[in-house]
Amino acid sequence: MFENFDFEIIVTSIPFLIEGMGLTLLLTVLAIVGGLALGTVLALCRLAPYRWLSLFAGSYVNFFRSMPLILVIFWFYFLVPFIVGRPVGGFYSVLVAFIMFEAAYYCEIMRAGIQSVRQGQVHAGQALGLTYRQNMRYIVLPQAFRAMIPILLTQAIILFQDTSLVYVVGLRDFLVAADIVANRDNRLMEMFLTVALVYFVMCLAGQLGIRKIQKKFATG
Amino acid sequence: MPMIEMSSVNKWYDDFQVLKDCSTQVAKGEVVVVCGPSGSGKSTLIKTVNGLEPFQEGTITVDEISVGDPATDLPRLRARIGMVFQNFELFPHLSIMENIKLAQLKVLNRTDDESAKRGMELLDRVGLVDQADKFPAQLSGGQQQRVAIARGLAMDPIAMLFDEPTSALDPEMINEVLDVMTALAEDGMTMMVVTHEMGFARRVAHRVIFMDEGRIEEDCTKDDFFGTARGERAQEFLSKILTH
Ligand SMILES: Nc1ncnc2c1ncn2[C@@H]1O[C@H](COP(=O)(O)OP(=O)(O)O)[C@@H](O)[C@H]1O
Ligand SMILES: [Mg+2]
Repeated sequence: MFENFDFEIIVTSIPFLIEGMGLTLLLTVLAIVGGLALGTVLALCRLAPYRWLSLFAGSYVNFFRSMPLILVIFWFYFLVPFIVGRPVGGFYSVLVAFIMFEAAYYCEIMRAGIQSVRQGQVHAGQALGLTYRQNMRYIVLPQAFRAMIPILLTQAIILFQDTSLVYVVGLRDFLVAADIVANRDNRLMEMFLTVALVYFVMCLAGQLGIRKIQKKFATG
Repeated sequence: MPMIEMSSVNKWYDDFQVLKDCSTQVAKGEVVVVCGPSGSGKSTLIKTVNGLEPFQEGTITVDEISVGDPATDLPRLRARIGMVFQNFELFPHLSIMENIKLAQLKVLNRTDDESAKRGMELLDRVGLVDQADKFPAQLSGGQQQRVAIARGLAMDPIAMLFDEPTSALDPEMINEVLDVMTALAEDGMTMMVVTHEMGFARRVAHRVIFMDEGRIEEDCTKDDFFGTARGERAQEFLSKILTH
């Protein structure tokens, strides 16, 4: 089965694959940034002293966490152009879908992070005269983020893998690029082994990085 | 007018009453020590003074401003009352100097230079000028608590509240913190101090409050408290902590 394994095809398709990887990474990074921002806002709503705000954020989180990601991607593909009133292209609709979906998970991570900051720290900030917002901004959130970095990064790795779902709306990410080459030249074995290897190595590197960061924070 | 005045304060956690009809006052420049068994409500009492703990009945005023009034700007009032906690509560992600500067910058709107200058003066006063750029975790407990006192003083408070400031410290570090507090009292600072350090109470306090099961059982001058005028429960409490 491996006797006519063609390394050549892998080498010659590298530029094409890199282009796909560019889209994968761009989508991952933008979705993380957007998801974190929206997730933090949601977490603050969730913990806010107003019932309706916290109820809204809670429902949002529960809703998106009960939906398969692929369904959310589909929906937003039709929904976003409808709301905006003009075609926006697959990339933006998928990006919005990922941000909204990831925000639900980041919200829960942030909420746990905020709650992990000791009551004494909150009291110390209040006692100095900081307002609720100032206390959040300068005392609670910086400590919550630090405590959450390993889990946030783990979620980022999952997201990196999940971006491969964009094939359903016809975007050419890393996986789709490999698939195109594989079918064009009938080199399925070569291309899908390469894809698996690249995903594996990148995720492994990410996990090792997380472990290093965890150790650094554990020792203060 | 007293600097701090509490009258008939009642507080409940659900149906558990943690403060029962507590009334007392602290005059300007007065040092009041609060003692009593663990769980008697000392921390809760002192935290109602700057509104960290809400209460359901009674009134508390600080410098004639009502703490329980919903119209009161609590952050603004708190900025004028320093508070020192049992576990120091320095901000671990900020350097010592940043800890002392933060509220000066954000609450008092002082400039960076002003707050750094005030910070240095106070670090000098608590003997820690050389630690300004370190982080809290790099300091001993006694040093951290001195920084916490400096952080509170940087706001130029009209009163200081202490909640067991030495009970999380190793014995050899207790005195360095008590010395700073003693100097502060001699400077005329109004202080309310929850502590079991009876030596400090004897030397520095003007009055002693003894709490038991949410009630202020004794509220008398230091001499009366350490003399014979105290009640049975206070007697029992004192003999326990003085002999252990
Ligand atoms: N958040 C809370 N919810 C319910 N009970 C509490 C809470 N905080 C303190 N208590 C109770 O209130 C009582 C007084 O606590 P505290 O003021 O901390 O006492 P002290 O400082 O004298 O040891 C204790 O019985 C404690 O268990
Ligand atoms: Mg206590």
